Amino acid sequence: MSKQRKLSYLFSALWVAVLFAAIMGAVATGVIGSYYSGILVLIGINIILAVSLNLVTGFLGQLVLGHAGFMSVGAYSAALFTMNSGLPLSAAFPLGLLFGGLVAAVFGVIIGIPALRLRGDYLAIITLGFGEIIRVLILAVDFTGGAAGLTGIPRPSGQYTLIAYTFVIAALTVVAILAFIRSRHGRAVIAIREDEIAAEASGINTTYYKLLAFVVAAFFAGVAGGIYAHHVGVLDPSKFDFNYSVEILIMVVLGGMGSITGSVCSATVLTLLPEMLRSFSDKRMLIYSLVLIIVMLFKPSGLLGTHEFSIRKIIGKICDKKQKKQPAGGAPGKEA
Amino acid sequence: MDFLVQIINGLGLGSIYALVALGYSMVYGIIQLINFAHGDIIMVGGYAVFVAMVQLGLPLWVAVILSIAVCTLLGVIIERLAYHRLLVKNAPRLSLLITAIGVSIFLQNLFQLGFSSSAQSMPVMFPSKVITLGSIQLSFSTVLNILTSVAMMILLVIIVNKSKMGKAMRATSEDAGAAKLMGINTNSTIAFTFAIGSALAAVGAVLYCNTFHQITPYMGGMLGLKAFVAAVLGGIGNIPGAMLGGYILGVAESLTIAAGGSQISDAVVFGILILVLLVKPAGLLGKNVQEKV
Amino acid sequence: MEENKAVLETRNLGITFGGLKALEGVHFRLHEKEIIGLIGPNGAGKTTVFNLLTDVYYPTNGEIELEGNNIVGKKTYQITQNGIARTFQNIRLFKDVTVLDNVKTAMTSRMKYSVLSGIFRLPSYRREEKEISDQAHALLEVLGLNDKAYELAKNLPYGQQRKLEIARALATSPKVLLLDEPAAGMNPTETKELMESIRLIRDKFGLSILLIEHDMSFVMGICEHIVVLDYGRVIAEGTPEEIRRDPKVIAAYLGGE
Repeated sequence: MSKQRKLSYLFSALWVAVLFAAIMGAVATGVIGSYYSGILVLIGINIILAVSLNLVTGFLGQLVLGHAGFMSVGAYSAALFTMNSGLPLSAAFPLGLLFGGLVAAVFGVIIGIPALRLRGDYLAIITLGFGEIIRVLILAVDFTGGAAGLTGIPRPSGQYTLIAYTFVIAALTVVAILAFIRSRHGRAVIAIREDEIAAEASGINTTYYKLLAFVVAAFFAGVAGGIYAHHVGVLDPSKFDFNYSVEILIMVVLGGMGSITGSVCSATVLTLLPEMLRSFSDKRMLIYSLVLIIVMLFKPSGLLGTHEFSIRKIIGKICDKKQKKQPAGGAPGKEA
Repeated sequence: MDFLVQIINGLGLGSIYALVALGYSMVYGIIQLINFAHGDIIMVGGYAVFVAMVQLGLPLWVAVILSIAVCTLLGVIIERLAYHRLLVKNAPRLSLLITAIGVSIFLQNLFQLGFSSSAQSMPVMFPSKVITLGSIQLSFSTVLNILTSVAMMILLVIIVNKSKMGKAMRATSEDAGAAKLMGINTNSTIAFTFAIGSALAAVGAVLYCNTFHQITPYMGGMLGLKAFVAAVLGGIGNIPGAMLGGYILGVAESLTIAAGGSQISDAVVFGILILVLLVKPAGLLGKNVQEKV
Repeated sequence: MEENKAVLETRNLGITFGGLKALEGVHFRLHEKEIIGLIGPNGAGKTTVFNLLTDVYYPTNGEIELEGNNIVGKKTYQITQNGIARTFQNIRLFKDVTVLDNVKTAMTSRMKYSVLSGIFRLPSYRREEKEISDQAHALLEVLGLNDKAYELAKNLPYGQQRKLEIARALATSPKVLLLDEPAAGMNPTETKELMESIRLIRDKFGLSILLIEHDMSFVMGICEHIVVLDYGRVIAEGTPEEIRRDPKVIAAYLGGE
């Protein structure tokens, strides 16, 4: 088993590295132009957002309608950090991303403590309110640039830097969230989704673990916001509205609540689609909302349910065929 | 005296929130769903008035009746098409909530497509007289809002407490399974609840149009959020509570604006929600309900 | 047998729901390694006792002492961590989770590694996960569920789901185990097996057990002491032999049927 595990880690790392090399190569040789490399950055950002939202909505089972709000907090914090830190951009940018994530996490704590103490659906409404209010507040204060927007955010130099950063951070996010849900903390989070009363009776401090999942998700949304800020160079609060929160939710629901693989796939497809089809772009919220209703009514598990793409399972099956010995590599949801 | 005027103006504004809050509260009471689409039903009601009066040139009273009919029908259709299947399957509440969000976004975007996203101005609906009470001057719409909301609440209390359908509603919200066993048609009771809630939303829409003179496809969002806060504040599932919550919220907003904080008045509403949830999660007039183990 | 040390004791325990006294003056002592049966007609308040013991409801009056410490006012998860575990009348497993993870989940509060060491798979993560995994398998072995370790809980047959609930409760390493109708829905052979398992568990883990059950042969066969509730009050208590002959108990059951 342990040999299979090592093998699967190796393969996972290998194919991520190959993908990375392919993208960087394509950018270097000009196969991917600056327009498409911009889209690649957006895909990375949306993957981070969708995967982190999945932690709360898919694994914890709580509806969050203000993910874009946390993203905006991270975006403004990161941008203001790089603009005012006085450090060289190569140092300020990664630190700014971390700072953006941490500030978003702090907001997560402030919002989460009153909302998560209660059973029920208050989290949805409070996060919805938060997303709207944070926009109003950004408009109302001066240091964010108000309605005119925050301009002059430096872009990391070189055509590779931002895309490389985005790729690495998105990959790390996926790995981190996967590792989280397979740790004791993740088991507690899933138990709360399954049955809160039974979880509590199993000695799990449900409030703590709810808050934990919520804050981890807010952190990553903040990091995604930081990347976004340095990608576009100009921040306008209206970008982070309710519709954007819902778009992220659609990615999670469509891919499957509880499937990280699903979130990655649907984030990729749903970012590409409006870019490819301009006519789709205008009506996309109308179509998204219909899709949302139809998926909930007829296939609430989404496209992938709770399944994950797993190299270990594949390796397990191959080994199994060769040796016909052990049962295949573990349980559902227990692979690399 | 200015303070008193602000309070009364706040009650006028709060009356609209109260009418909308009643719909949230009733639906939540019966199927434990935050019906996100409820705010957008008001938007549809507003457009119904707009189409009737501006585009078709119909008289006000026809427009009002039309708006109520459209909203009532819409509420029942939404329940049937979007929620019913999930309720029957006993689906997780998360699925219901997400569906409600979907319906809300759908309505907003449908109307944006049909009427463009820019605001439509409403014609003068009621005489814009100023009413003088001693040294206080009030606009006619403020007085109209307050009187209408009080009348609606009284009507609703009578329906819920005296009529057969009202008894069925109370029974279903207490224990849907037991109500069914006692021969109550819970399906039609739920549909009836949506119908009443949506009809009240239409009345709210008329008052909204008369007070703000313009409508947009997105007006249901913030209005719905505030009304929901009002329902939570008063104690969700509780009719007088929803009214009380609406009035408190309206007054708080009116006073914030009067104090020069119009930009942050929305933030104040949200702050009130957090405060209530921290101090009295069941709301001012609500009771704590525990899950049966 | 030395039986003067009470592990769990309630005194004058009561709760009122909207003016109705659901429980009043409930008192009992659960001694070390003792099995007590809580019986009574439907609606007598048996499950309510469990809910008070685990802070699902907050008692209107009375005290609950676990090893001499008052636990009234503690949160459910704290009570579990302090040593009272329970099962539920209508099974509440983590349905879409594997049998093994159901058990591991209940060991969460015993584990120490941090979020970061979980994400980075540091040595503390590996060590504790290995330890917990072995313990969980061992526990499943005791209840005869280890060959189902990787199945989803919802796919287990009914009887095994009840057993898994017991395994999950045991995983919190309790001192006191509360079983709410463990034999409900089981056939006579399964019930007999369950009796053996419960005795085995009691001896192996040194547990004290309080159980609610309607199956009288089960209760009489396994319990050393029985408490009878009717209309929220204790109407009798004693050994199975005493209870069998008690006229008040007979009246309560005949009147109740």
